[in-house]
Amino acid sequence: MSTVVAPTVTTEAVARRRRGIPGLRGTGWVGHVCAGVIVFAVLIAVVGPSIAPHDPNFVQLQYAFVGPTGDHYLGFDGRGRDLLSRLLVGAQTAVFGAIAVSMISVATGTVLAITSAWRRGFFDTVTGGFLDVLFAFPGLLIAVMAAAVFGPSLQTAVIALSIAYTPYIARVLRGAALRERAQAYISALEVQGLSAIPICLRHLVPNIFGLVVAQGTILFGYAMVDLAAISFIGLGVQSPQADWGVMVSEGRTGVLTGYPMESLSAGLCIVVVVVAVNLLGERFAERAQAGPS
Amino acid sequence: MLRFIVKRLVTLVLTLLASSFVIYASLYLAPGNPIATLTGGRTPSPEAIAILEHRYHLDEPFLVRYWLWLKAALTGDFGVSIPHRQEVSDIISQRATVTLGLVLYASLLILTFGIGLGILAALRPGATDTSVIVATTISAALPAFVAAIILLLVFAVNLGWFPATGEGEGVLGRIEHLTLPAIALAMTSMALVGRVTRAAVREELGREHVQTAVSRGIPFRLVLRRHVLRNAAIPITTIAGLTIASLIAISAVVERAFNLNGLGAYLVEAAQSKDFAVVQGISLVLVAAFVITNMVVDILYALLDPRVTLGEKAK
Repeated sequence: MSTVVAPTVTTEAVARRRRGIPGLRGTGWVGHVCAGVIVFAVLIAVVGPSIAPHDPNFVQLQYAFVGPTGDHYLGFDGRGRDLLSRLLVGAQTAVFGAIAVSMISVATGTVLAITSAWRRGFFDTVTGGFLDVLFAFPGLLIAVMAAAVFGPSLQTAVIALSIAYTPYIARVLRGAALRERAQAYISALEVQGLSAIPICLRHLVPNIFGLVVAQGTILFGYAMVDLAAISFIGLGVQSPQADWGVMVSEGRTGVLTGYPMESLSAGLCIVVVVVAVNLLGERFAERAQAGPS
Repeated sequence: MLRFIVKRLVTLVLTLLASSFVIYASLYLAPGNPIATLTGGRTPSPEAIAILEHRYHLDEPFLVRYWLWLKAALTGDFGVSIPHRQEVSDIISQRATVTLGLVLYASLLILTFGIGLGILAALRPGATDTSVIVATTISAALPAFVAAIILLLVFAVNLGWFPATGEGEGVLGRIEHLTLPAIALAMTSMALVGRVTRAAVREELGREHVQTAVSRGIPFRLVLRRHVLRNAAIPITTIAGLTIASLIAISAVVERAFNLNGLGAYLVEAAQSKDFAVVQGISLVLVAAFVITNMVVDILYALLDPRVTLGEKAK
């Protein structure tokens, strides 16, 4: 009897583990909800400008701080611009900026980490030393210095943050790549005469890919907060362009005079997306740690 | 132990030297002509240009200028802010007290409430634990500038308990004015420290030697202090140190949110007006503060965890 029951239980367990959208397996319902929020944010970032009901930069000073009316569902900001339209358009810089930062830093970090782990020796020492110096600079400080040199803009902030985050990625992945490098399958491939680049691309990278995805997701959350903070202090996206960070900053006068809608709505957008990204990132990291499934 | 500290100090000096070079070199590459800023658009005579270039060492090669800047910076002289025609070190010392006060105040909040709530949650499972978890989940997700807006709205505008802007006069006024900024700055780190503390204390409570101590009738307070907190202190120090070091940069955002005249706010202004001497000076001070805090944490860590020093000896 028990011999019959036992296999059914395992297949059920396997089936349960396999359920869900490919790529999100093992992240639970929280992971799926978070992924949904992120997909929605990206979607808004793509179509935001075309579905915005009004011109986000059309100033009507007589409507400053007027609440929701008619087809202005969230009302107006301090200069009488339609708030909902500004939120929809502002998603673009907030989301794509953060995606760009995490992709650039993950790409450079992975290349540096794998090259260091593979070559070791001189290259590893020099890269390590260079990254150690970079560790001494907080991301925001690099962004401020870059803004001083190249002038404040979203591009400058994105490049500065990508540089600032690279050492974190490189350090984590170098450890993982070194562990992989020591595995027997790599030596087996080397003995078979495969050269370094195909081994790395076809075998090593796929094996640490879970970690790469987890790190990239977590960095996406950090990047979103830092980019918004840089725009908030006036060194990122420049007003009057709509951006969530800029909106939190511009709404400050409204907060002090009792009209907090602009700051709060933009702040809420940032917080919701960041929480979703962080929760999903944590789950990816747990999954990567648990090993390949 | 001594060898560990000396080694750590050498790394510190090397890192600072390298970062000073990075700071100087990156701003040296910036486009723009300081002479044009100095003369404010007028066309000076070649002799005047030569005099100005000589006074500000603009006629020296790059490495010589870096060396002169570094030598002066070590004695606390960061040069002259060309647009303000004022000593950078004067500006820094005027503003540093606000930033220092803000960061120290926030660190105090992080250590007291973060560790306190973490221990409380670990010792009282159930409702207390759950509410601490919920509170830390929310505050961990709030970026400093969003927290600042919410605090301004609730406690400065609606309740009127705290002033919204400015640094205040005297010690009490300073504390009153810095309370909301310090909370905004501390929010995320407080949650992180609270969670790590909770996890660490809970793990130590479950250890066999703790269970044995409890079962032998040793007073729980003593067990907590001697066995639980001592071991839990290692991860707590690491996370507290890391997050406190990160406050140094984030303070710029909070200072802007509350209109405080701190170092960070001035750094941002200087970046906007391309006042490179100020950007270089403040960046160097902030990097030094960041690196030194990290080093102190490393040394504390070694003091708390004897295995670290043993590892050093084994090498």
